[in-house]
Amino acid sequence: MLLRLAQRFLVLLASLLVASVLVFAFMQVLPGDPARVALGMNSSDDSVAELREQFGLDRPVFVQYADWLRGMVTLDLGVEWVSKAQIAPQLVDRLAVTGWLVITAMLLALLIALPVGTWMAVRHRHLDGVVLSAISQIGVAIPAFLAGIILITYFAKRWQWFPSGGWVPPAEDPLGFLSRLALPAISLAMVQASVLARYVRTAVLEVLREDYLRTARAKGLRPMQALTRHGLRNAAVPIVTVLGLQLATLLIGAVVVERVFVIPGLGSFLLDSVASRELITVQTIVMVLVAAVLIINFLVDALYLAIDPRLRTGAR
Amino acid sequence: MTSRSRVLAAALSATFLLTACNAGSTSDDPTDGENNATGDADNGDSTGGTGGTAAPGDDAVRIGLVAEPASLDFTTTDGAAIPQVLLYNVYESLVKVDQSGEIVPALASAWEVSEDGKTYTFTLEQGVTFSNGETFTAEDVVSSFEAVQNDWTVSLKSQFDIIESIEATSDTEVVITLASPSNSFLYSLTTRVGAIFDSNSVDELATRPIGTGPYTFGEWNRGSSITLQRNSDYWGEEPYFDQVELAYFSDANALNNAMLTDSIDVVGTVQAPEALSEFEGGDYQIIEGTTNGEVVLSFNNETEPFNDLRVRQAARHAINHQALLDTCWDGRGTLIGSMVPPTDPWYEDRTGDYPYDVEAAKALLAEAGAEGAEVRLRIPTLPYATACAPIVESMLEEAGFAVTIDDLEFPAAWIEDVFTNADYEMSIVSHVEPRDLKAVLGNPDYYIRYGTPELRTLLDEADAGTEEVQIEKMKEAAKLVSEDAASDFLFLLPNLIVADPGITGLPENAITESFDLSQLAGE
Repeated sequence: MLLRLAQRFLVLLASLLVASVLVFAFMQVLPGDPARVALGMNSSDDSVAELREQFGLDRPVFVQYADWLRGMVTLDLGVEWVSKAQIAPQLVDRLAVTGWLVITAMLLALLIALPVGTWMAVRHRHLDGVVLSAISQIGVAIPAFLAGIILITYFAKRWQWFPSGGWVPPAEDPLGFLSRLALPAISLAMVQASVLARYVRTAVLEVLREDYLRTARAKGLRPMQALTRHGLRNAAVPIVTVLGLQLATLLIGAVVVERVFVIPGLGSFLLDSVASRELITVQTIVMVLVAAVLIINFLVDALYLAIDPRLRTGAR
Repeated sequence: MTSRSRVLAAALSATFLLTACNAGSTSDDPTDGENNATGDADNGDSTGGTGGTAAPGDDAVRIGLVAEPASLDFTTTDGAAIPQVLLYNVYESLVKVDQSGEIVPALASAWEVSEDGKTYTFTLEQGVTFSNGETFTAEDVVSSFEAVQNDWTVSLKSQFDIIESIEATSDTEVVITLASPSNSFLYSLTTRVGAIFDSNSVDELATRPIGTGPYTFGEWNRGSSITLQRNSDYWGEEPYFDQVELAYFSDANALNNAMLTDSIDVVGTVQAPEALSEFEGGDYQIIEGTTNGEVVLSFNNETEPFNDLRVRQAARHAINHQALLDTCWDGRGTLIGSMVPPTDPWYEDRTGDYPYDVEAAKALLAEAGAEGAEVRLRIPTLPYATACAPIVESMLEEAGFAVTIDDLEFPAAWIEDVFTNADYEMSIVSHVEPRDLKAVLGNPDYYIRYGTPELRTLLDEADAGTEEVQIEKMKEAAKLVSEDAASDFLFLLPNLIVADPGITGLPENAITESFDLSQLAGE
């Protein structure tokens, strides 16, 4: 098992390195000279050249890459070119905001998806099961930002139950924090819940068809009882996998939803930095997102090994 | 989406997809369309003004704006967002422009200009302190202005090239000598180059602005807001509000939603006039004023087909300006016909120079042998440009042009392609700087590539002459660029503000670089 884990870890490191090269390369082809953007429309070529030098953009590309990579590895992210603000503390602040959003949305989605998905599986031959299944299909198709706009239209603008956006830290104003978290988290969770519920349904259906459940039912247990006593642990294996993957998509979805709800998280940070051509910041944020997705993937693999004894022997 | 930002979007989504594939995940495109907003809306709990008098109170007011500054230091960073917040509010200048466009005293209580127009003697206000407690003296004026000449990196510094010497003749008197008489000099002091800094605290411009203004800099929550606090030691009339929070939104919908849900008290600049319909009906006050933002349909005067006067004239004749304004900007704004807003002393209505006449346009095009001329209308991704470009396109095609619209992400891609490389035939952009006829059309290297010797002579004569000569020559200059069809002047952007009913003293006309908060009060 340890060997397999070590293998996976090496793959993770290699992927991170390849991703960093690609991210850096994409920034190089991005149009728009950062110095020109900072100095604006009436800048002279001399002052642009001077600023490029200050930004270190006149150095060879590979030196810039190595410098950036070293900064990331040593957690010394440097300062933004224009604002001169430290990147690292901002990144931490923004990550915390996005973290609240993603984790709340995930918990909410699970809370909905587990019972609903199980219900959909157990009742898959009945009308209620089919109707729920159809609803979840619609949920899958609605992107989170659209869900967000719909929620704002009704819950914020029409009924004024929640603010339409913005953010306060939980420590500063817990109630204000919750009221601002609600709509964006729900709009992310709606999509996730639909996706997850469908996975849960499939997993549970599969388990229901297993021999051991038939045996359990033959002993006189009702379907739900048989499932809760013998089936759910087995259904959990594929669900955990999906959960990890969905966490990654949730993170990416949050980038967009933050924009709709005016939340100063990682997504807003990324888009603002793109607009002002703070390339180091953009690279770093994208890299953090990429790393998060890869690490989640790695952890899912590890968890998978832990849950399913069959994989530990390496015999697969 | 623009072709350039498509590259970006593709790059970013490819990165995400790559990871997604790695993770075996289903993809969820992160760069979807609806993704523009930032800024917190709400921190305080005030509803802005319940006092009943204009005496200073404990209230806070929250103003929603678009486009957060990239930095707080306008000596090294360009852009309208920094002076919008800091000028007149945190930093003050010797003179400022009031709501009617007049130059009025600020830190200088009076000034005199010598006979030959070269020497300016300013008498400074006494008892003025910076927010760090330092006393404001003539030395601060000298060091601030010398810094513009020596340390500033933005191109605006060139406005001070004309200064020969700056001298503090006493603590309260500054004498500035120019190399030659210049009418635009005093005006330039009202803009950001005229801002007075404390000579001892210029190292911290980017993080802690220190000025003499009615407000002190509070705190910058990056990604959401900047707060200003009342300066209780202010030498002039203390502001009414204890705190002003400027909340930033890069998405106009999010800004309007914040107003509708009472997260902010004022929408400082309405981004698209059709949004006003949400606020009509009595619950809000809607203020419509004027700006310096001439929306210019710029022609590249250097390359085909617009290097031919007849083609430029054809384009001007082809556009029905009133219909355009009605359709793409809800009829709000002013038709001007040249590069001068009505708040400037030399304004003349030049809308009659090229009346809407499709037949005349066709004839001119035929005469120039340019029927079906292919032109790229390369526009920045800004609301007025994207709204008006399709109408400009159809009007020009009616007259015989073959137009392709090309959206370029603003600022980066547009600045690179259109502005720096002049790789375009036509563009639409609002030139918001005050009195910018010279900067935009008087420079042959500027992206419009106009700046004919004839115009430059007129502009120089205007700057060097008496006030009457200035007005006369500037009128001639405006007439020249209009008749020569150096560009077409679509309309002047309106200044649209939405506010809670109790708020007074909002700057109705956005004709300076500052969003002047000094008169703001509640009732």
